[in-house]
Amino acid sequence: MDSIIQRISQGKFWPFHGGIHPPEQKKITNEKPIRQLPLPKQLILPLQQHIGRQGDLLVKVGDKVLKGQALTQSSNPMAVPVHAPTSGTITAIKKSAIAHPSGMSELCLFIDVDGEDTWRKREICQDVSQLSHQQIIAKIANAGIAGMGGAGFPTHIKVNTKPDINFLIINAAECEPYITADDLLMREHSATIVDGINILDQLLNPAFILIGIEDNKPQAIKALQQATKSLEKINVCVLPTKYPSGGEKQLIKLLTGKEVTSGTLPISSGIVVQNIATCFAISDAVINDTPLLRRVITLTGQALAKPQNVWALLGTPVSYLLAQAGFTRQENTPVANPPVTNPPVIMGGPMMGFSILNEQVPVVKTSNCILAPSKTEMPSAFDNNANEVECIRCGQCADVCPSQLLPQELQWSAKAKDHQQLAKLNLFDCIDCGACAYVCPSQIPLVQYYRIAKAEIRQQQQLDLKAEKAKERFEARKLRLERDKIAREEKHKKAAAARKASMNKKTPEAGAAKSAVAAALARVKAKKAAGKQDSTSTATNNEETKSSSELPIANDEALDDKSQVKAAIARAKAKRLAKSTAVREKAVTNDEETKSSDELLVADEEESKQSNSADDKKAKIAAAIAKAKEKAKAKKAQATELAALSSEQNSEQNSENSSATSAKADDKKARIAAAVAKAKAKAKAKKEQQSNPQPSNEEIK
Amino acid sequence: MAFWIASSPHNHNQAETSALMRLVTYALFPGIFAQWYFFGWGNLIHITLAVVTALISEFIVLSLRSKHGNKSTNKHTLSKQLFDGSAILTAVLIGICLPAIAPWWIAVIGSIFAVVVVKQLYGGLGQNPFNPAMAAYVMLLISFPVQMTSWQPPLSLMTVDLNLSNTISTIFTGFTSEGYSVEQLRADIDGFTMATPLDTLKTNASLGLTVYETMQNQIFGAHFSLGWEWINAAFLLGGVFLIFKKAIAWQTPASFLFSLFICTFIAYSISPDSSASTMFHWLSGGCMLGAFFILTDPVTGATSTKGRVIIGALAGLLVYVIRDFGGYPDGVAFAVLLCNMTAPLIDRYTRPRTYGHQPSITKQEEGK
Repeated sequence: MDSIIQRISQGKFWPFHGGIHPPEQKKITNEKPIRQLPLPKQLILPLQQHIGRQGDLLVKVGDKVLKGQALTQSSNPMAVPVHAPTSGTITAIKKSAIAHPSGMSELCLFIDVDGEDTWRKREICQDVSQLSHQQIIAKIANAGIAGMGGAGFPTHIKVNTKPDINFLIINAAECEPYITADDLLMREHSATIVDGINILDQLLNPAFILIGIEDNKPQAIKALQQATKSLEKINVCVLPTKYPSGGEKQLIKLLTGKEVTSGTLPISSGIVVQNIATCFAISDAVINDTPLLRRVITLTGQALAKPQNVWALLGTPVSYLLAQAGFTRQENTPVANPPVTNPPVIMGGPMMGFSILNEQVPVVKTSNCILAPSKTEMPSAFDNNANEVECIRCGQCADVCPSQLLPQELQWSAKAKDHQQLAKLNLFDCIDCGACAYVCPSQIPLVQYYRIAKAEIRQQQQLDLKAEKAKERFEARKLRLERDKIAREEKHKKAAAARKASMNKKTPEAGAAKSAVAAALARVKAKKAAGKQDSTSTATNNEETKSSSELPIANDEALDDKSQVKAAIARAKAKRLAKSTAVREKAVTNDEETKSSDELLVADEEESKQSNSADDKKAKIAAAIAKAKEKAKAKKAQATELAALSSEQNSEQNSENSSATSAKADDKKARIAAAVAKAKAKAKAKKEQQSNPQPSNEEIK
Repeated sequence: MAFWIASSPHNHNQAETSALMRLVTYALFPGIFAQWYFFGWGNLIHITLAVVTALISEFIVLSLRSKHGNKSTNKHTLSKQLFDGSAILTAVLIGICLPAIAPWWIAVIGSIFAVVVVKQLYGGLGQNPFNPAMAAYVMLLISFPVQMTSWQPPLSLMTVDLNLSNTISTIFTGFTSEGYSVEQLRADIDGFTMATPLDTLKTNASLGLTVYETMQNQIFGAHFSLGWEWINAAFLLGGVFLIFKKAIAWQTPASFLFSLFICTFIAYSISPDSSASTMFHWLSGGCMLGAFFILTDPVTGATSTKGRVIIGALAGLLVYVIRDFGGYPDGVAFAVLLCNMTAPLIDRYTRPRTYGHQPSITKQEEGK
């Protein structure tokens, strides 16, 4: 650890790989002081100006707001509030183009400035050392401070951390060409900045505080050295100018020789990096109770008549700043293919800044520069990658890559959408610095390809996540259905068992039913005997009629061919039989028929009563089914009994019965059909018998 | 007002591939001048022939290929692609490699093969796995061995005055205006055909002569190899200029020359009678041209620094092996093609460690 300080004090650093030296162009603005601008007419405040979530709105349209009044509040640790940069009225809350490379629209607050600049009540803190850590962190969080270097990470999260911090690195490198905002801030407000650093020191208690600053800012270095003279802990480290030494990871490597492991934050290596402008904002917030309302922004580029650093209120539209800086449109300059009618205006530096969509785009917490280049100054900002040719693998990109990636191989894989290979080549370690594209002789917009590939991979990951979830859902459903099926089967099994049990129980009942039938038969017999008739033939006839009259009730199905044929045979047979029996007794038959069927119904009722008395409900349902089946069985049994009886009678009856049994064995339908046929035949036979009984009698003989 | 939208970075160092190609071509001029000085107009005529043929073939292939492209941008990109300098550079390199009095169709076939087959059929600029000039040279050497080995001696040793018209006549008809054949042009006063120093060394070694005895031949001149040493020195000059301009990576030529030095030094210390000196190897044949202008071709070489060192060392070893033990007197072209084949593999295994990735972790990942 001490060796690091020794090396630093000797002016030695750990160089990072690659890097470039683009034209600095800082002279355009670094010799003029920071200018105070008159209040703009309108401010457009995006609700989200940082990484994380947007806060919850506290105001509505028409509200009068005071300078410094919170407009949103954070309900989430990653949310950072925004404040009214000056007093005025909220005129609208709607979507508007924000400072984003995609030119997308987000929810913005529109404030009509009243010009009075009235402050809300402020509590100035006299002695910061009296405040507890939690109080300071709360002050930082409530002041809406997010990293002002570019990413906009909520500062209160960065400073609210575990105690063993080795290095607090203050990033004052400002390696991007053109930008001098931090340079000027350091020169003019070094005391406030050092106050901010002291607050951070109090919070984090790091072993060392290193301020990394490039050697192209001699006045700022001097100012910082002057301000930190009495503070042993703070080292002002003057770094050689090289882009991108201000990249967080590059700066850490430069100052400490350590590399932040890929995919982790510097904090995991005991390092916290804060931007110099953030230190200023922290000091302002904690000591003066001034939330983050304004920032220094460099207005530069040859398209501006009066390039200068200005204090811009957050939410100031770019159009206002450009007007203040004397933006001249160069419309009639002939430009590359395809012709560019509008000049580019870049928010941020020439290496990592993005061109903004229109002049309505407001300044946000992370905006440090508005660059309006002229065509001669930055021709590549005007052409639409028209000069792109094939990669010749010259490897210059790999030589300058600060992350030691292989941009040329990444580019091929990105074009081929080979996401696996991109992951292998560590695409996500790319910091978008643009050094590769800057040196590429084939003028390939490498960073653009990487951005697209990164977005595609992220989207793919989200889709994969969705698919994974859908799969899980599907699996769960399948499992549930499986479970339900098993449960159902179990239930059915139980029910079947219950049915069986009840059937076994009711075997005597069935017997009783049978005996009831038998009793009925006996009664019929007795009646017949009383009627001086042949008892056997009567019984047979009676039974047959009954079964045939009962079966049609269930029958409502269509007949198939087979059963039709069978039915035809059965009909023919039945006809003959019916005739023969009908000849012998006419009147008695009809009486008997009705009686016996009545008796059967009584038996059924008895049965159902018995089943009702069965133990539980489940068993009841099962019993009902069983009953139905039993009924059919009982009938069948009757039929078989009859068949046995009739087989003794004559050959014709026998044959009829056998056909009936075969039909029964075949299928129910056929049997039913046969029964229908029989019934019909009977009805016919009755008619015939009434008309001419004699011939039919002869026929039998 | 809407602004022009572009992707970052917005600035560029204004380097262009075509400018790079032009620079390399200019760096060849000292060597070409030395060739002209020692071997006459032949190579200049071949260079002209090759350039014209290469541009015509490139134009035809590009027009055929751009038929499928966007019509509106065709004209713009076609002329741009045609004059991106890559075809011209290839043609100039072919012209330099050919024997000065080789027939005209050698240059024509060579450039057509280089541009159409080796470059464009593989997908054009940046897509070819082999160096077009060297692939064409090897194709010619194998297909037309007689024409491709008809090197004349330096002008100072020639019995016939080979002026511009004589050279043109020889290249296009096979005879000088006085009626001398190529064979006669190559003969010395005694009527013996003179070969290149490397060829002579090889032939004499097979005859059992020592290197010292061979070196007495007038073809070797006062130093190492008459004419060739100065041509090589001129290419070295051009190469150093390119390194100074950061147009080529210094690792490849340095590693190549060092490797050749090691090989020849070992061989010379073991058996000085059968091995030529390092300086002879360095300053004869296509050594310097290969080191600075062929091996450094970014398209077909390795891209990582480590890879460049490996490729250079491998090429040096191969050149030595082919010169001393192979069937051909010079081996630069073969060595380059063999190295081109290994380049993707070398690149695969010389990937640098990305920032924040520990070497052990990367290995583990690769193991998976």
